Amino acid sequence: MSIQLTGATALRVLTQLRRDRRTIALITFVPLILLTLLWAMFLDVPVMPGHEAPFNSVGPGIMGLFPLFIMFLITSVTTLRERQGGTMERLMASPIGRADVVFGYACAFGLVAVLQGTLVVVYSIWVLGLNFAGPVWALLLIIVLDAILGTALGLAASSLARTEFQALQMFPAVIVPQLLLSGIAIERDQMPQVLEWISDALPLSYAIDAIHYLTENQSASEIWSQVVILLAFIVGALILGVATLRRRTD
Amino acid sequence: MEKFDGPAISVAGLRVIRGKNLVIPDLSLEVPRGALVGLLGPSGSGKSTLMRSIVGSQIIAGGDITVLGLPGGTAPLRHRVGYVTQAPSVYMDLSARENLRYFASLVNAPKTDPQRVLDTVGLADCADRPVTTLSGGQLTRVSLAVALVGKPEVLILDEPTVGLDPILRRNLWAMFRRLAKEGATLMVSSHVMDEATRCDRLLIMRGGGILFDGTLSELLKQTKAKDADDAFLALADAADAREAAA
Ligand SMILES: Nc1ncnc2c1ncn2[C@@H]1O[C@H](COP(=O)(O)OP(=O)(O)O)[C@@H](O)[C@H]1O
Ligand SMILES: [Mg+2]
Repeated sequence: MSIQLTGATALRVLTQLRRDRRTIALITFVPLILLTLLWAMFLDVPVMPGHEAPFNSVGPGIMGLFPLFIMFLITSVTTLRERQGGTMERLMASPIGRADVVFGYACAFGLVAVLQGTLVVVYSIWVLGLNFAGPVWALLLIIVLDAILGTALGLAASSLARTEFQALQMFPAVIVPQLLLSGIAIERDQMPQVLEWISDALPLSYAIDAIHYLTENQSASEIWSQVVILLAFIVGALILGVATLRRRTD
Repeated sequence: MEKFDGPAISVAGLRVIRGKNLVIPDLSLEVPRGALVGLLGPSGSGKSTLMRSIVGSQIIAGGDITVLGLPGGTAPLRHRVGYVTQAPSVYMDLSARENLRYFASLVNAPKTDPQRVLDTVGLADCADRPVTTLSGGQLTRVSLAVALVGKPEVLILDEPTVGLDPILRRNLWAMFRRLAKEGATLMVSSHVMDEATRCDRLLIMRGGGILFDGTLSELLKQTKAKDADDAFLALADAADAREAAA
């Protein structure tokens, strides 16, 4: 692996991204519009005195989902395009390492993930008036990790797909089960034991655990194990992405 | 750079299976250094598969491939071998110059290389437009230019002149000739037999095998044909007759 080649690849991916207005809109505005929609849904719900407004309790968890979804889709479709356009074959016949390609993508989209996560958090708190009990930087950290996780999973999943349609089919297979079992719909410890075990094996569960902890507590002291687990999933997915990239194909 | 006097490319007993098809059953060939070799054959004869095998993009079922004395497709060869895939393969949303800068950084080419190859392929005046806005012929040349950065010693070019107008084709062949004079070894494929006249040597493929390996004049003498097209038909008929007899 070489820093120079990884960096050159990340720069190239970012240049391509900059040219693509639709994707930029999908990354920046779409999550904000969806969050506004969520905020508006609760406008007429009466809040009992002494209770938390529903947007404040539901909002933070949902905020962690959009970056995961969007980054997964964008990453898997972009890398697939690279393979279909023949440039991947070209790269694989060049001196670049397989890890340089995967980490180049991860760096470029990771940077985008940081921007997107920041935008989502800043907008929710300062525009939509989300009242978040815990430290905001910790929420931001989890949401950015979520977005990077989306990128890493997208890189791993795209190697299993041969067409853009197949890449889209990965979405219900890889992302939706995580969403259902993450603890957003129902607390994980209230699910049947088997489902709880499955949810233990899925990365999004740890992001949602951390976000729930942060909404209920003023401190970030107990989210570090979740952060470490999320990082491990990210690294694992990236390694899988490198391992499944082939120089020689059929 | 290590001195090496053997053939630039040597393939022995190559066997390739794609999907369920035995595309190349048993193929051997040698390409001398500094030669401009035409790999000719009808479409589906296995030209792309052979080229992919030489650059190390193709999973092979057997055989030995040596390029510049090193096992084909291995890391030390990757900046010494330039490869152009049959379909133009560049980043469509980037300009030609941006594409070249990126690929130049991968092979550690000098900063001046993108401009040099843009001039070589005659694209200097549309170098800064997104590649999507270029014509088919211009796109083909961008794809070709990418393989020229870093001055590779061996160039594997898969149908680089197909679909281009006659003037452009002539200019590209003149450029291939110049590169060969400067010491590069070029293997250029085409399904148009006429291009035989522009090559030092010919490798004629059919059904995943080599029908002929030699110069054009040898080919015409052997087949008593008047041009490469007729010669190919004569070779194919002779091969069919041999098969029928066996
Ligand atoms: N991905 C593939 N899977 C299965 N068969 C293939 C594949 N690609 C090419 N082939 C078959 O291999 C043979 C040679 O193809 P190719 O090398 O592309 O020929 P050429 O470049 O001379 O047109 C053809 O019969 C083609 O149908
Ligand atoms: Mg071909």
